[in-house]
Amino acid sequence: MQARYLPYVLIAPVSVFLGLFFLYPFYLVAQTAFYDGAGWSLKNFQEVTSYWKFPISFKNTLWLAAVVVPIQLALALLMATMVNAMKKGRDLVLYIWTIPLGISDLAAGIIWLAIFEQSGFLNSMMHGLGFIDRPTALISYQNPALIFVAIALAEIWRATAIMLVILVAGIGLIPKEYYEAAQVFGAGRWKQFVRITLPLLRPSLSTALVLRVILAFEVFAVVQALGGTLFPVLMSETYAYQFELLNGGAAASVALIILGISIASTIVILRVLRVPKGATI
Amino acid sequence: MTMAASAPRDPRRTGRYVYATAVFLLCAWVLGPLYLLFVNTLSSPEAVNSFPKAYIPEFNFESIEFFMEFAGMTSALWNSIQVATLTMIMSILVGAPAGYALSRFDFTGKETFRILILLTRAFPLPLLALPLAVLFIRTGLDDTIFGLALVHTTLAVPFAVLITFSLFSGIPMELEEAAWTLGCNRLTAFIKVVLPLILPGITASAIFAFVISWNEVFAAAVLTIENRTLTAFLLQNLDTSALHLKFAGGFILVVPALIFIFAVRKYLFAMWGIANR
Repeated sequence: MQARYLPYVLIAPVSVFLGLFFLYPFYLVAQTAFYDGAGWSLKNFQEVTSYWKFPISFKNTLWLAAVVVPIQLALALLMATMVNAMKKGRDLVLYIWTIPLGISDLAAGIIWLAIFEQSGFLNSMMHGLGFIDRPTALISYQNPALIFVAIALAEIWRATAIMLVILVAGIGLIPKEYYEAAQVFGAGRWKQFVRITLPLLRPSLSTALVLRVILAFEVFAVVQALGGTLFPVLMSETYAYQFELLNGGAAASVALIILGISIASTIVILRVLRVPKGATI
Repeated sequence: MTMAASAPRDPRRTGRYVYATAVFLLCAWVLGPLYLLFVNTLSSPEAVNSFPKAYIPEFNFESIEFFMEFAGMTSALWNSIQVATLTMIMSILVGAPAGYALSRFDFTGKETFRILILLTRAFPLPLLALPLAVLFIRTGLDDTIFGLALVHTTLAVPFAVLITFSLFSGIPMELEEAAWTLGCNRLTAFIKVVLPLILPGITASAIFAFVISWNEVFAAAVLTIENRTLTAFLLQNLDTSALHLKFAGGFILVVPALIFIFAVRKYLFAMWGIANR
Protein backbone atom coordinates (compact mmCIF):
# COMPACT_ATOMS: atom_id res chain seq x y z
CA MET A 1 0.00 0.00 0.00
CA GLN A 2 1.22 3.47 -0.78
CA ALA A 3 2.37 5.51 2.17
CA ARG A 4 0.25 8.41 0.97
CA TYR A 5 -3.00 6.63 1.70
CA LEU A 6 -1.89 4.79 4.81
CA PRO A 7 -2.71 7.55 7.36
CA TYR A 8 -6.23 7.86 5.98
CA VAL A 9 -6.74 4.11 6.22
CA LEU A 10 -5.51 4.27 9.83
CA ILE A 11 -7.81 7.10 10.89
CA ALA A 12 -10.81 5.77 8.96
CA PRO A 13 -12.17 3.53 11.76
CA VAL A 14 -12.20 6.34 14.35
CA SER A 15 -13.67 8.83 11.89
CA VAL A 16 -16.47 6.48 10.91
CA PHE A 17 -17.07 5.63 14.55
CA LEU A 18 -17.23 9.23 15.73
CA GLY A 19 -19.33 10.19 12.72
CA LEU A 20 -21.86 7.49 13.51
CA PHE A 21 -21.93 7.72 17.28
CA PHE A 22 -20.91 11.33 17.98
CA LEU A 23 -21.84 13.71 15.15
CA TYR A 24 -24.94 11.92 13.89
CA PRO A 25 -26.58 11.56 17.36
CA PHE A 26 -26.03 15.28 17.91
CA TYR A 27 -27.88 16.00 14.73
CA LEU A 28 -30.64 13.66 15.96
CA VAL A 29 -30.89 15.35 19.38
CA ALA A 30 -31.21 18.75 17.72
CA GLN A 31 -33.84 17.39 15.33
CA THR A 32 -35.90 15.85 18.12
CA ALA A 33 -35.69 19.01 20.20
CA PHE A 34 -36.78 21.40 17.46
CA TYR A 35 -39.49 19.18 15.99
CA ASP A 36 -42.99 19.15 17.43
CA GLY A 37 -44.74 16.59 15.26
CA ALA A 38 -45.80 19.00 12.54
CA GLY A 39 -42.76 21.16 11.83
CA TRP A 40 -39.86 23.11 13.26
CA SER A 41 -40.69 24.98 16.43
CA LEU A 42 -39.52 25.95 19.88
CA LYS A 43 -42.50 24.25 21.49
CA ASN A 44 -40.40 21.64 23.29
CA PHE A 45 -38.20 24.35 24.78
CA GLN A 46 -41.21 26.40 25.87
CA GLU A 47 -42.74 23.34 27.48
CA VAL A 48 -39.52 22.45 29.29
CA THR A 49 -38.63 25.93 30.53
CA SER A 50 -42.14 26.75 31.71
CA TYR A 51 -42.29 23.61 33.86
CA TRP A 52 -42.07 24.62 37.55
CA LYS A 53 -39.10 22.34 38.21
CA PHE A 54 -36.94 23.83 35.47
CA PRO A 55 -35.77 27.03 37.23
CA ILE A 56 -34.91 25.01 40.35
CA SER A 57 -32.94 22.35 38.51
CA PHE A 58 -31.21 24.97 36.38
CA LYS A 59 -30.27 26.98 39.45
CA ASN A 60 -29.15 23.86 41.35
CA THR A 61 -26.90 22.74 38.50
CA LEU A 62 -25.25 26.13 38.09
CA TRP A 63 -24.84 26.73 41.83
CA LEU A 64 -23.31 23.33 42.33
CA ALA A 65 -20.80 23.97 39.54
CA ALA A 66 -20.09 27.49 40.84
CA VAL A 67 -19.33 26.21 44.35
CA VAL A 68 -17.61 22.93 43.53
CA VAL A 69 -15.29 23.87 40.64
CA PRO A 70 -13.40 26.78 42.32
CA ILE A 71 -12.84 24.70 45.47
CA GLN A 72 -11.59 21.82 43.35
CA LEU A 73 -9.30 24.12 41.40
CA ALA A 74 -7.78 25.56 44.59
CA LEU A 75 -7.44 22.11 46.15
CA ALA A 76 -5.91 20.60 43.01
CA LEU A 77 -3.41 23.48 42.72
CA LEU A 78 -2.45 23.06 46.37
CA MET A 79 -2.06 19.30 46.01
CA ALA A 80 -0.10 19.61 42.76
CA THR A 81 2.40 22.08 44.22
CA MET A 82 2.75 19.89 47.33
CA VAL A 83 3.43 16.80 45.24
CA ASN A 84 5.91 18.73 43.14
CA ALA A 85 7.96 19.68 46.20
CA MET A 86 7.87 16.14 47.56
CA LYS A 87 11.00 14.02 47.64
CA LYS A 88 10.05 10.96 49.67
CA GLY A 89 6.81 9.06 49.21
CA ARG A 90 5.72 11.00 46.10
CA ASP A 91 4.42 7.88 44.31
CA LEU A 92 2.41 6.65 47.27
CA VAL A 93 0.83 10.04 47.97
CA LEU A 94 0.00 10.50 44.29
CA TYR A 95 -1.60 7.05 44.14
CA ILE A 96 -3.76 7.80 47.17
CA TRP A 97 -4.78 11.22 45.85
CA THR A 98 -5.70 9.83 42.43
CA ILE A 99 -7.78 6.90 43.73
CA PRO A 100 -11.07 8.80 43.26
CA LEU A 101 -10.26 9.05 39.54
CA GLY A 102 -11.33 5.42 39.17
CA ILE A 103 -14.44 5.69 41.29
CA SER A 104 -17.77 6.14 39.56
CA ASP A 105 -20.06 8.99 40.50
CA LEU A 106 -22.68 6.49 41.63
CA ALA A 107 -20.21 4.81 43.98
CA ALA A 108 -19.12 8.22 45.28
CA GLY A 109 -22.74 9.10 46.01
CA ILE A 110 -23.20 5.81 47.88
CA ILE A 111 -19.97 6.38 49.84
CA TRP A 112 -21.15 9.78 51.07
CA LEU A 113 -24.57 8.33 51.77
CA ALA A 114 -22.85 6.09 54.33
CA ILE A 115 -21.84 9.30 56.11
CA PHE A 116 -24.97 11.39 55.71
CA GLU A 117 -27.82 8.84 56.01
CA GLN A 118 -29.92 8.85 59.16
CA SER A 119 -28.07 6.05 60.96
CA GLY A 120 -24.84 7.04 59.22
CA PHE A 121 -21.41 7.99 60.44
CA LEU A 122 -21.99 11.73 60.81
CA ASN A 123 -24.93 11.17 63.14
CA SER A 124 -22.96 8.46 64.98
CA MET A 125 -20.08 10.82 65.48
CA MET A 126 -22.30 13.63 66.75
CA HIS A 127 -23.96 11.13 69.07
CA GLY A 128 -20.57 9.97 70.32
CA LEU A 129 -19.57 13.55 71.02
CA GLY A 130 -22.83 14.13 72.88
CA PHE A 131 -24.33 16.72 70.52
CA ILE A 132 -27.46 14.70 69.79
CA ASP A 133 -29.43 12.00 71.65
CA ARG A 134 -31.07 10.31 68.71
CA PRO A 135 -30.31 10.29 65.00
CA THR A 136 -32.13 12.91 62.96
CA ALA A 137 -32.80 12.66 59.25
CA LEU A 138 -30.06 14.81 57.72
CA ILE A 139 -31.10 14.35 54.11
CA SER A 140 -34.70 15.48 54.04
CA TYR A 141 -36.73 18.27 52.48
CA GLN A 142 -36.33 20.24 55.72
CA ASN A 143 -32.57 20.49 55.20
CA PRO A 144 -32.04 21.71 51.64
CA ALA A 145 -28.74 23.34 52.61
CA LEU A 146 -27.40 20.11 54.05
CA ILE A 147 -28.33 18.16 50.91
CA PHE A 148 -26.40 20.73 48.90
CA VAL A 149 -23.38 20.40 51.21
CA ALA A 150 -23.46 16.59 51.05
CA ILE A 151 -23.61 16.59 47.23
CA ALA A 152 -20.92 19.27 46.96
CA LEU A 153 -18.61 17.33 49.31
CA ALA A 154 -19.12 14.11 47.36
CA GLU A 155 -18.37 15.93 44.09
CA ILE A 156 -15.25 17.61 45.52
CA TRP A 157 -14.10 14.29 46.96
CA ARG A 158 -14.62 12.40 43.72
CA ALA A 159 -13.56 14.73 40.95
CA THR A 160 -10.64 16.78 42.27
CA ALA A 161 -8.28 14.01 41.14
CA ILE A 162 -8.97 14.66 37.44
CA MET A 163 -7.75 18.24 37.80
CA LEU A 164 -4.86 17.16 40.01
CA VAL A 165 -3.43 14.77 37.41
CA ILE A 166 -3.66 17.33 34.60
CA LEU A 167 -2.05 20.03 36.77
CA VAL A 168 0.75 17.76 38.06
CA ALA A 169 1.60 16.84 34.48
CA GLY A 170 1.49 20.52 33.52
CA ILE A 171 3.75 21.62 36.36
CA GLY A 172 6.20 18.89 35.37
CA LEU A 173 6.57 20.57 31.97
CA ILE A 174 7.70 23.92 33.43
CA PRO A 175 11.52 24.17 33.20
CA LYS A 176 13.25 24.30 36.58
CA GLU A 177 15.51 27.14 35.33
CA TYR A 178 12.71 29.67 35.75
CA TYR A 179 12.43 28.90 39.44
CA GLU A 180 16.20 28.98 39.87
CA ALA A 181 16.32 32.39 38.21
CA ALA A 182 13.49 33.63 40.42
CA GLN A 183 15.37 32.45 43.52
CA VAL A 184 18.47 34.30 42.41
CA PHE A 185 16.39 37.48 42.29
CA GLY A 186 14.99 36.73 45.74
CA ALA A 187 11.43 35.75 44.90
CA GLY A 188 9.68 33.80 47.66
CA ARG A 189 7.58 30.68 47.29
CA TRP A 190 4.32 32.57 46.86
CA LYS A 191 5.73 35.00 44.31
CA GLN A 192 7.18 32.09 42.31
CA PHE A 193 3.77 30.44 42.32
CA VAL A 194 1.94 33.56 41.16
CA ARG A 195 4.52 34.79 38.66
CA ILE A 196 5.84 31.53 37.18
CA THR A 197 3.64 28.54 37.94
CA LEU A 198 0.23 30.10 37.29
CA PRO A 199 1.00 31.83 33.98
CA LEU A 200 2.95 28.90 32.54
CA LEU A 201 0.27 26.49 33.67
CA ARG A 202 -2.42 28.19 31.59
CA PRO A 203 -2.81 25.43 28.96
CA SER A 204 -3.22 22.78 31.66
CA LEU A 205 -5.49 25.03 33.69
CA SER A 206 -7.82 25.57 30.76
CA THR A 207 -7.91 21.84 29.94
CA ALA A 208 -8.62 20.96 33.55
CA LEU A 209 -11.31 23.62 33.89
CA VAL A 210 -13.08 22.78 30.63
CA LEU A 211 -13.19 19.10 31.49
CA ARG A 212 -14.30 19.69 35.03
CA VAL A 213 -16.98 22.30 34.26
CA ILE A 214 -18.57 20.09 31.60
CA LEU A 215 -18.58 17.17 34.02
CA ALA A 216 -20.11 19.45 36.66
CA PHE A 217 -23.03 20.30 34.36
CA GLU A 218 -23.49 16.57 33.77
CA VAL A 219 -23.79 15.80 37.47
CA PHE A 220 -26.32 13.02 37.86
CA ALA A 221 -25.61 9.83 39.78
CA VAL A 222 -24.13 11.54 42.86
CA VAL A 223 -27.31 13.61 43.09
CA GLN A 224 -29.53 10.58 42.56
CA ALA A 225 -27.76 8.64 45.30
CA LEU A 226 -27.72 11.45 47.86
CA GLY A 227 -30.63 13.76 47.16
CA GLY A 228 -32.91 11.76 44.92
CA THR A 229 -35.85 13.87 43.88
CA LEU A 230 -35.14 16.37 46.67
CA PHE A 231 -32.41 18.02 44.63
CA PRO A 232 -33.41 18.23 40.95
CA VAL A 233 -30.63 18.98 38.45
CA LEU A 234 -30.79 19.31 34.66
CA MET A 235 -29.48 15.81 33.99
CA SER A 236 -32.02 14.19 36.31
CA GLU A 237 -34.76 16.19 34.56
CA THR A 238 -33.58 14.78 31.23
CA TYR A 239 -33.72 11.30 32.71
CA ALA A 240 -37.19 11.88 34.15
CA TYR A 241 -38.53 13.23 30.83
CA GLN A 242 -37.16 10.22 28.98
CA PHE A 243 -38.36 7.54 31.38
CA GLU A 244 -41.10 8.76 33.67
CA LEU A 245 -42.86 11.18 31.35
CA LEU A 246 -41.84 9.37 28.13
CA ASN A 247 -41.38 12.72 26.40
CA GLY A 248 -38.39 12.35 24.09
CA GLY A 249 -38.73 15.83 22.63
CA ALA A 250 -38.56 17.46 26.07
CA ALA A 251 -35.63 15.25 27.09
CA ALA A 252 -33.79 16.29 23.94
CA SER A 253 -34.39 20.00 24.61
CA VAL A 254 -33.03 19.76 28.17
CA ALA A 255 -30.06 17.89 26.69
CA LEU A 256 -29.52 20.75 24.26
CA ILE A 257 -29.71 23.27 27.09
CA ILE A 258 -26.99 21.34 28.96
CA LEU A 259 -24.99 21.24 25.77
CA GLY A 260 -25.50 24.99 25.29
CA ILE A 261 -24.20 25.98 28.73
CA SER A 262 -21.30 23.51 28.32
CA ILE A 263 -20.21 25.06 25.03
CA ALA A 264 -20.70 28.61 26.34
CA SER A 265 -18.54 27.97 29.40
CA THR A 266 -15.90 26.17 27.33
CA ILE A 267 -15.60 29.22 25.08
CA VAL A 268 -15.36 31.55 28.08
CA ILE A 269 -12.66 29.44 29.75
CA LEU A 270 -10.62 29.10 26.57
CA ARG A 271 -10.87 32.88 25.98
CA VAL A 272 -9.87 33.87 29.50
CA LEU A 273 -6.95 31.45 29.71
CA ARG A 274 -5.81 31.91 26.11
CA VAL A 275 -2.07 31.59 25.54
CA PRO A 276 -0.84 34.39 23.27
CA LYS A 277 0.08 33.19 19.80
CA GLY A 278 3.73 32.27 19.44
CA ALA A 279 4.32 32.06 23.18
CA THR A 280 5.74 28.75 24.32
CA ILE A 281 7.13 27.42 27.57
CA MET B 1 17.54 31.11 50.82
CA THR B 2 19.67 33.69 52.66
CA MET B 3 16.65 34.49 54.81
CA ALA B 4 16.31 30.92 55.94
CA ALA B 5 19.99 30.61 56.72
CA SER B 6 20.17 33.68 58.93
CA ALA B 7 16.83 33.20 60.72
CA PRO B 8 16.53 30.65 63.53
CA ARG B 9 15.74 27.13 62.36
CA ASP B 10 12.33 27.04 64.02
CA PRO B 11 10.11 28.63 61.31
CA ARG B 12 11.43 26.19 58.74
CA ARG B 13 10.72 23.25 60.97
CA THR B 14 7.19 24.46 61.73
CA GLY B 15 6.75 24.86 57.98
CA ARG B 16 7.75 21.24 57.51
CA TYR B 17 5.28 20.09 60.16
CA VAL B 18 2.47 22.11 58.57
CA TYR B 19 3.38 20.58 55.21
CA ALA B 20 3.45 17.00 56.55
CA THR B 21 0.17 17.51 58.41
CA ALA B 22 -1.47 18.89 55.28
CA VAL B 23 -0.33 15.89 53.21
CA PHE B 24 -1.59 13.54 55.91
CA LEU B 25 -4.96 15.32 56.19
CA LEU B 26 -5.48 15.27 52.42
CA CYS B 27 -4.70 11.54 52.35
CA ALA B 28 -7.20 11.02 55.17
CA TRP B 29 -9.77 13.08 53.22
CA VAL B 30 -9.49 10.65 50.32
CA LEU B 31 -9.19 7.41 52.29
CA GLY B 32 -11.60 8.16 55.16
CA PRO B 33 -14.88 7.93 53.24
CA LEU B 34 -13.62 4.80 51.45
CA TYR B 35 -12.81 3.20 54.79
CA LEU B 36 -16.32 3.96 56.07
CA LEU B 37 -17.80 2.25 53.00
CA PHE B 38 -15.65 -0.82 53.72
CA VAL B 39 -16.81 -0.84 57.34
CA ASN B 40 -20.43 -0.80 56.20
CA THR B 41 -19.90 -3.48 53.58
CA LEU B 42 -18.09 -5.85 55.91
CA SER B 43 -20.76 -5.58 58.61
CA SER B 44 -23.96 -7.58 58.96
CA PRO B 45 -27.17 -6.02 57.60
CA GLU B 46 -28.35 -5.48 61.20
CA ALA B 47 -25.21 -3.55 62.08
CA VAL B 48 -25.50 -1.44 58.91
CA ASN B 49 -29.02 -0.38 59.84
CA SER B 50 -28.32 0.13 63.55
CA PHE B 51 -27.28 3.26 65.42
CA PRO B 52 -24.75 4.38 66.53
CA LYS B 53 -22.29 2.91 64.08
CA ALA B 54 -19.11 1.06 64.96
CA TYR B 55 -15.96 2.36 63.30
CA ILE B 56 -14.35 -1.06 62.97
CA PRO B 57 -15.75 -3.69 60.58
CA GLU B 58 -17.01 -6.98 62.05
CA PHE B 59 -15.72 -8.88 59.00
CA ASN B 60 -19.15 -10.32 58.52
CA PHE B 61 -19.97 -11.25 54.92
CA GLU B 62 -23.77 -11.40 55.19
CA SER B 63 -24.20 -8.08 53.37
CA ILE B 64 -22.06 -9.26 50.47
CA GLU B 65 -23.88 -12.61 50.38
CA PHE B 66 -27.23 -10.82 50.41
CA PHE B 67 -26.01 -8.66 47.54
CA MET B 68 -24.87 -11.64 45.48
CA GLU B 69 -28.16 -13.48 46.03
CA PHE B 70 -30.31 -10.44 45.25
CA ALA B 71 -32.41 -11.14 42.15
CA GLY B 72 -30.73 -9.88 39.01
CA MET B 73 -27.55 -8.70 40.67
CA THR B 74 -25.14 -11.34 39.42
CA SER B 75 -26.41 -11.02 35.87
CA ALA B 76 -26.02 -7.23 36.14
CA LEU B 77 -22.46 -7.75 37.35
CA TRP B 78 -21.79 -10.12 34.45
CA ASN B 79 -23.31 -7.60 31.99
CA SER B 80 -21.03 -4.87 33.33
CA ILE B 81 -17.98 -7.07 32.86
CA GLN B 82 -19.00 -7.98 29.31
CA VAL B 83 -19.75 -4.39 28.26
CA ALA B 84 -16.50 -3.13 29.78
CA THR B 85 -14.43 -5.87 28.15
CA LEU B 86 -15.99 -5.22 24.75
CA THR B 87 -15.43 -1.48 25.18
CA MET B 88 -11.81 -2.12 26.06
CA ILE B 89 -11.18 -4.23 22.96
CA MET B 90 -13.08 -1.99 20.55
CA SER B 91 -11.60 1.28 21.73
CA ILE B 92 -8.04 -0.02 21.35
CA LEU B 93 -8.66 -1.65 17.98
CA VAL B 94 -10.34 1.48 16.65
CA GLY B 95 -8.23 4.07 18.45
CA ALA B 96 -4.65 2.80 18.32
CA PRO B 97 -4.26 2.94 14.49
CA ALA B 98 -5.33 6.59 14.56
CA GLY B 99 -2.87 7.31 17.37
CA TYR B 100 -0.13 5.76 15.24
CA ALA B 101 -1.17 7.82 12.21
CA LEU B 102 -1.11 11.05 14.23
CA SER B 103 2.36 10.36 15.58
CA ARG B 104 4.02 9.17 12.35
CA PHE B 105 2.48 11.00 9.40
CA ASP B 106 1.83 14.52 8.23
CA PHE B 107 -1.28 14.45 6.13
CA THR B 108 -3.88 16.90 4.89
CA GLY B 109 -6.76 17.07 7.31
CA LYS B 110 -4.62 16.02 10.29
CA GLU B 111 -5.52 19.19 12.18
CA THR B 112 -9.26 18.76 11.46
CA PHE B 113 -9.06 15.21 12.71
CA ARG B 114 -7.27 16.29 15.89
CA ILE B 115 -9.92 18.92 16.51
CA LEU B 116 -12.69 16.34 16.03
CA ILE B 117 -11.04 14.18 18.68
CA LEU B 118 -10.58 17.09 21.08
CA LEU B 119 -14.13 18.30 20.43
CA THR B 120 -15.57 15.11 21.89
CA ARG B 121 -14.02 16.25 25.15
CA ALA B 122 -16.03 19.48 25.15
CA PHE B 123 -19.40 17.76 24.85
CA PRO B 124 -21.49 15.98 27.46
CA LEU B 125 -21.25 12.62 25.71
CA PRO B 126 -23.65 10.54 27.83
CA LEU B 127 -26.49 12.66 26.41
CA LEU B 128 -25.87 10.93 23.08
CA ALA B 129 -27.56 7.91 24.55
CA LEU B 130 -30.95 9.62 24.12
CA PRO B 131 -31.14 9.64 20.29
CA LEU B 132 -29.19 6.41 20.09
CA ALA B 133 -31.87 4.69 22.15
CA VAL B 134 -34.34 5.35 19.33
CA LEU B 135 -31.84 4.43 16.65
CA PHE B 136 -30.97 1.18 18.40
CA ILE B 137 -34.59 0.09 18.57
CA ARG B 138 -34.80 0.46 14.81
CA THR B 139 -31.63 -1.56 14.24
CA GLY B 140 -32.29 -4.19 16.89
CA LEU B 141 -29.35 -3.09 19.02
CA ASP B 142 -31.56 -1.89 21.88
CA ASP B 143 -30.98 -3.46 25.26
CA THR B 144 -27.94 -5.40 24.01
CA ILE B 145 -24.45 -5.66 25.43
CA PHE B 146 -23.00 -4.72 22.04
CA GLY B 147 -25.15 -1.60 21.65
CA LEU B 148 -24.12 -0.21 25.03
CA ALA B 149 -20.49 -1.13 24.35
CA LEU B 150 -20.67 0.95 21.15
CA VAL B 151 -21.71 4.03 23.13
CA HIS B 152 -19.10 3.40 25.81
CA THR B 153 -16.49 3.03 23.08
CA THR B 154 -17.46 6.50 21.86
CA LEU B 155 -16.64 7.73 25.36
CA ALA B 156 -13.35 5.85 25.54
CA VAL B 157 -12.00 6.09 22.00
CA PRO B 158 -10.85 9.74 22.10
CA PHE B 159 -8.75 8.81 25.12
CA ALA B 160 -7.39 5.77 23.33
CA VAL B 161 -6.37 7.93 20.34
CA LEU B 162 -4.68 10.61 22.44
CA ILE B 163 -2.95 8.12 24.75
CA THR B 164 -1.62 5.93 21.95
CA PHE B 165 -0.58 9.11 20.11
CA SER B 166 1.59 10.16 23.03
CA LEU B 167 2.89 6.59 23.50
CA PHE B 168 3.87 6.17 19.83
CA SER B 169 5.45 9.63 19.83
CA GLY B 170 7.74 8.40 22.60
CA ILE B 171 9.24 5.73 20.32
CA PRO B 172 11.82 7.10 17.90
CA MET B 173 11.02 6.77 14.21
CA GLU B 174 14.66 5.68 13.71
CA LEU B 175 13.96 2.31 15.35
CA GLU B 176 11.39 1.53 12.68
CA GLU B 177 13.59 2.84 9.90
CA ALA B 178 16.43 0.62 11.11
CA ALA B 179 14.10 -2.37 10.96
CA TRP B 180 13.11 -1.47 7.39
CA THR B 181 16.75 -1.46 6.28
CA LEU B 182 17.15 -4.88 7.88
CA GLY B 183 14.46 -6.37 5.67
CA CYS B 184 11.23 -5.66 7.53
CA ASN B 185 8.29 -4.04 5.80
CA ARG B 186 6.05 -1.53 7.57
CA LEU B 187 3.86 -4.19 9.14
CA THR B 188 6.56 -6.59 10.33
CA ALA B 189 8.63 -3.66 11.65
CA PHE B 190 5.61 -2.52 13.60
CA ILE B 191 4.93 -5.98 15.01
CA LYS B 192 8.54 -6.85 15.84
CA VAL B 193 9.88 -3.49 17.01
CA VAL B 194 7.15 -1.05 18.02
CA LEU B 195 4.53 -3.39 19.46
CA PRO B 196 6.70 -4.95 22.21
CA LEU B 197 7.77 -1.49 23.36
CA ILE B 198 4.27 -0.10 23.35
CA LEU B 199 2.44 -3.05 24.87
CA PRO B 200 2.48 -1.99 28.55
CA GLY B 201 1.16 1.44 27.61
CA ILE B 202 -1.53 -0.07 25.39
CA THR B 203 -2.55 -2.35 28.26
CA ALA B 204 -2.81 0.64 30.57
CA SER B 205 -5.03 2.55 28.17
CA ALA B 206 -7.14 -0.57 27.63
CA ILE B 207 -7.63 -0.83 31.39
CA PHE B 208 -8.57 2.82 31.41
CA ALA B 209 -11.24 2.18 28.76
CA PHE B 210 -12.53 -0.67 30.92
CA VAL B 211 -12.87 1.67 33.92
CA ILE B 212 -14.68 4.33 31.86
CA SER B 213 -17.27 1.77 30.80
CA TRP B 214 -17.48 0.09 34.20
CA ASN B 215 -18.28 3.41 35.88
CA GLU B 216 -20.67 4.90 33.34
CA VAL B 217 -24.19 5.40 34.68
CA PHE B 218 -26.39 7.58 32.47
CA ALA B 219 -26.01 5.92 29.06
CA ALA B 220 -26.18 2.50 30.69
CA ALA B 221 -29.45 3.42 32.41
CA VAL B 222 -30.91 4.86 29.20
CA LEU B 223 -29.90 2.06 26.85
CA THR B 224 -30.56 -1.08 28.89
CA ILE B 225 -33.86 -2.32 30.24
CA GLU B 226 -33.69 -6.08 30.76
CA ASN B 227 -29.92 -6.43 30.50
CA ARG B 228 -29.02 -3.81 33.10
CA THR B 229 -25.38 -3.23 33.94
CA LEU B 230 -24.39 -3.00 37.58
CA THR B 231 -24.46 0.81 37.67
CA ALA B 232 -27.83 0.95 35.88
CA PHE B 233 -29.24 -1.72 38.17
CA LEU B 234 -28.11 0.06 41.32
CA LEU B 235 -29.42 3.41 40.04
CA GLN B 236 -32.80 1.92 39.21
CA ASN B 237 -33.10 0.39 42.67
CA LEU B 238 -31.77 3.36 44.66
CA ASP B 239 -35.17 4.39 46.01
CA THR B 240 -36.30 0.94 47.00
CA SER B 241 -33.25 -1.05 48.02
CA ALA B 242 -32.02 -1.52 51.57
CA LEU B 243 -28.98 0.33 52.84
CA HIS B 244 -26.78 -2.75 53.11
CA LEU B 245 -27.57 -3.58 49.48
CA LYS B 246 -26.51 -0.10 48.34
CA PHE B 247 -23.27 -0.21 50.29
CA ALA B 248 -22.36 -3.70 49.09
CA GLY B 249 -23.10 -2.50 45.53
CA GLY B 250 -20.92 0.57 46.02
CA PHE B 251 -18.15 -1.68 47.35
CA ILE B 252 -18.30 -3.99 44.32
CA LEU B 253 -18.14 -0.91 42.07
CA VAL B 254 -15.14 0.53 43.88
CA VAL B 255 -12.86 -2.50 44.24
CA PRO B 256 -11.97 -3.01 40.55
CA ALA B 257 -11.42 0.73 40.22
CA LEU B 258 -8.89 0.67 43.08
CA ILE B 259 -6.96 -2.19 41.49
CA PHE B 260 -7.05 -0.61 38.04
CA ILE B 261 -5.83 2.78 39.17
CA PHE B 262 -2.98 1.00 40.96
CA ALA B 263 -2.15 -0.96 37.80
CA VAL B 264 -2.09 2.08 35.52
CA ARG B 265 -0.62 4.61 37.97
CA LYS B 266 2.62 4.93 35.97
CA TYR B 267 0.67 5.89 32.86
CA LEU B 268 -1.87 8.21 34.47
CA PHE B 269 0.04 11.30 33.44
CA ALA B 270 0.55 10.18 29.86
CA MET B 271 -3.17 9.49 29.77
CA TRP B 272 -4.70 12.47 31.46
CA GLY B 273 -2.08 15.11 31.58
CA ILE B 274 -0.05 15.41 28.44
CA ALA B 275 -2.51 13.68 26.14
CA ASN B 276 -5.11 16.29 26.93
CA ARG B 277 -3.04 19.34 26.02
